[in-house]
Amino acid sequence: MKEGLWQEMGLSDQEYARIQEILGREPNEVELGVFSVMWSEHCSYKNSKNVLRSFPTQGPRVIQGPGENAGVVDIGDGQAVVFKIESHNHPSAIEPYQGAATGVGGIIRDIFTMGARPIALLNSLRFGSLQSKKSRFIFSGVVAGIAGYGNCIGIPTVGGEVYFHPSYEDNCLVNAMCIGIIDQKHIAKGIAAGPGNPVMVVGAKTGRDGIHGATFASEELNESSEDRRPAVQVGDPFMEKLLLEACLELIKTGYVVGMQDMGAAGLTSSSVEMAARADTGIEMDVALVPRRETGMTPYEILLSESQERMLVVPHLGKEQEVQDIFAKWGLEAVVIGKVTDDGYMTFKEDGVVVGRIPAKALTDMCPMYSPEAVEPAYLARAQEYDLSTLPELDDYSQILLSLLGSPTIASKEWVYQQYDYMVGVNTVVGPGSDAAVLRIKGTNKGIAATTDCNSRYVYLDPYRGGQIAVAEAARNLVCSGAEPLAVTDCLNFGNPEKPEIFWQFKEAVAGMADACRELETPVTGGNVSLYNETKGEAVYPTPVVGMVGLIEDLTQVTTIGWKEAGDIIIQLGQTKDELGGSSYLSHIHGLEAGRPPEINMQLEKLVQATTLQLIKEGLVASAHDCAEGGLAIALAECCFAGGMGAEVTLTDSMRASSILFSESQSRIIISTPKAKLDIVLNKLNEGQIPYKVLGNAGGEELSMAGSGWKVRLGLDTLEEKYRRAIPCIMNS
Amino acid sequence: MKFGVVVFPGSNCDADCYHVIDKVLGEPVEYLWHGHDDLKNIDCIILPGGFSYGDYLRTGAIARFSPVMDKVIEFGKNGGLILGICNGFQILTESGLLPGALIRNPSLRFQCYNTNLLVENVNTPFTNAYTPKQIIQIPIAHGEGSFVADPQTLERLEKEEQIVFRYCNAAGETTPEANPNGSLHNIAGIINDKGNILGMMPHPERCAEDILGSVDGQHLFKSLVNWFQQGGGRR
Repeated sequence: MKEGLWQEMGLSDQEYARIQEILGREPNEVELGVFSVMWSEHCSYKNSKNVLRSFPTQGPRVIQGPGENAGVVDIGDGQAVVFKIESHNHPSAIEPYQGAATGVGGIIRDIFTMGARPIALLNSLRFGSLQSKKSRFIFSGVVAGIAGYGNCIGIPTVGGEVYFHPSYEDNCLVNAMCIGIIDQKHIAKGIAAGPGNPVMVVGAKTGRDGIHGATFASEELNESSEDRRPAVQVGDPFMEKLLLEACLELIKTGYVVGMQDMGAAGLTSSSVEMAARADTGIEMDVALVPRRETGMTPYEILLSESQERMLVVPHLGKEQEVQDIFAKWGLEAVVIGKVTDDGYMTFKEDGVVVGRIPAKALTDMCPMYSPEAVEPAYLARAQEYDLSTLPELDDYSQILLSLLGSPTIASKEWVYQQYDYMVGVNTVVGPGSDAAVLRIKGTNKGIAATTDCNSRYVYLDPYRGGQIAVAEAARNLVCSGAEPLAVTDCLNFGNPEKPEIFWQFKEAVAGMADACRELETPVTGGNVSLYNETKGEAVYPTPVVGMVGLIEDLTQVTTIGWKEAGDIIIQLGQTKDELGGSSYLSHIHGLEAGRPPEINMQLEKLVQATTLQLIKEGLVASAHDCAEGGLAIALAECCFAGGMGAEVTLTDSMRASSILFSESQSRIIISTPKAKLDIVLNKLNEGQIPYKVLGNAGGEELSMAGSGWKVRLGLDTLEEKYRRAIPCIMNS
Repeated sequence: MKFGVVVFPGSNCDADCYHVIDKVLGEPVEYLWHGHDDLKNIDCIILPGGFSYGDYLRTGAIARFSPVMDKVIEFGKNGGLILGICNGFQILTESGLLPGALIRNPSLRFQCYNTNLLVENVNTPFTNAYTPKQIIQIPIAHGEGSFVADPQTLERLEKEEQIVFRYCNAAGETTPEANPNGSLHNIAGIINDKGNILGMMPHPERCAEDILGSVDGQHLFKSLVNWFQQGGGRR
């Protein structure tokens, strides 16, 4: 083997030695390529697996936890929800439209691979400041790519989040989540069981695109990353729509033993993983794989990441039936090999063996690491910052307007109006609310979904930030009337070989895992995206939580907007003087310091359970989580969504900036008709929930008064700022 | 009344239309596969929204040559009821069953949100359940919905009352600001001269149930059933 070839492919000298040891010989170039992608962080989780073990993954509703193409959770009536989130950060940073589009395409395949019909997409996005031309280019390209793929394939994009922060300037984050519904009897798995069964490639032809994409995803970006554009795949949503319909039709026939999409590392990872899960081997001839280019080598065919392809193992003798279904949809389905009982991956070209590796050597025998973790130096400095001496700027109206106009808080209509969020006729609550809600046809039930992560909190306190990400996701679901069920996570961090980064990762996961345990929302899968760095600078640690919830009765769906003038506004939970890590501190004072707000998981549970109970009893007209920008922003958002103002009195004894903009956790703003107020308050007293009656909805102004201060602004003025902020920047 | 929903490769509102007819209207409905030329004895054809053939080449341009379209065109020319929604409207103009064309939105972006429509003509099989000049809300979701036609065609459409829906504001005024895609004369939907073929960019099937927030679109489907039950004669 040529000295250095393995390093080029991203393998260390020790890893190369281990490969020689496993094989008892030198690998050839094809085998080395296969090892290098299967042992990349993206496919093997070699740096992160030990940490991920701390997530709770079991629960009474969990049908499929981590390890399959997607998680599966029981929703009753013989049905299940299938869901997963995945990153496509590096491709999107280099080629925003195609990077984002193929990210969407990939996560959709993960869902229908399981046999489920995808019913919704969400996405969690992070970009640099919109002041930068490059960020605007990436932002608009990513949004167009998500729209281009999702709209065409006909799966509604119903929610998600968009944040802007300079740390993402050169390394945007594009995390796509997909949700599907399935009858439990149709759940399919990614297994190559039954020696002798044929192995078939279905869908698009294989080309040279995306070779070594998984390896590219497992290294930092740098000046030469632009040259990696050939490692970015190109999507064809029309092809995927045909593949989706054909695969779902096929699964219903019962001919399928196992099925898996060809995502990162293409034919290699799909075949290896299917064999390893079933304790079998696969023998295949790459010359049989339909190609769209001539002269492709076995190496290229095995590592191509051409999109819209699946690997199917049907029962022996059903090949023709499979081909007929795919032919109806205008697609190819070709037998390229068979399942074997020898545990080996045997790759041939025109009958000649070009590579032979034990399947488990590529999966279970991948070396696992526990990288060194060291608390970063910045942390103590940032956390100790004395916020008590912060100058109190007293033009609260201007501050409120300024926050409403900051892109992270401002309306994201410019984004989601490019997405078809209604196709499928299930969207009960679309983008712009705390959580999206989809009805399940033929039942009176609904699924709620959200994604959350405030990475500034995680940067300033990874453990607490991780806890808050989970708590806030659950809180968002509860506000929509749903019981939180389970989590899929997308852990976006910098280079794990740096001890400070790995410390952030470990701490954040610990916080998330503890919160998941407390809230009884197990993790059913997800994705780890490390090496999110450019020129040595890491993104803010961003462990995105995707969460799904169940609404037992669709009449209980609750939205954030005020419903009737005169309804009483109540704040559940307590406002504390907690400006650390707040949007106010960052946007108004230019400081990213202090500790993020405290979170008491017992109180959090209590507030969520009580809110859900009040909703179920029909006592709540509106409910909204209090998040970025604090109480003032939450109230303004309730006004915009309800089309009416509010008048509140805020009597806490602390500086007005904290009353208005502190981001204290475990707070929910509800409104209730006057006639129901006594019952609501009784229940809050009984449940020992801290609360405050703030005032009432109505009028055309948002009026907030405290001791010695008052903010009074017309809804028109506020809304203009909120809605025009992003369009103004993007159209300029 | 039996409906048929055509399924092209890439149609994605086919199941939505099917759902509304089956579950909301409670009328019989069948899918019509693009590759077949059997119309299964249906009374009304729906060409649904989506991205037939990926919208490659030009929206609706390839779908127009699907085997089923010969029968659809014949059905329409014989006075059969055809409703084309979004991509279905684009296919109707491509196949010459309706005049004009739908071009790229001036914003160059796909746009999805609720629009106000003014019902301009209630004397059609598609709109008899609305009241004259009623303002309804129906969502759009398209990247290429800007209706264009030559001046003579526009004049004829106006004169013959073939413009059925126009984009308007909440007060019913057909202002430029209320026009989401630069369509000439704020046109959102038109019928052919015989009145049996309607093409519209907004999606009535998306607002036909209370749980989805509005039933403004349901009345369009009910109009068809009314029309049929009353003899289904031509205008």
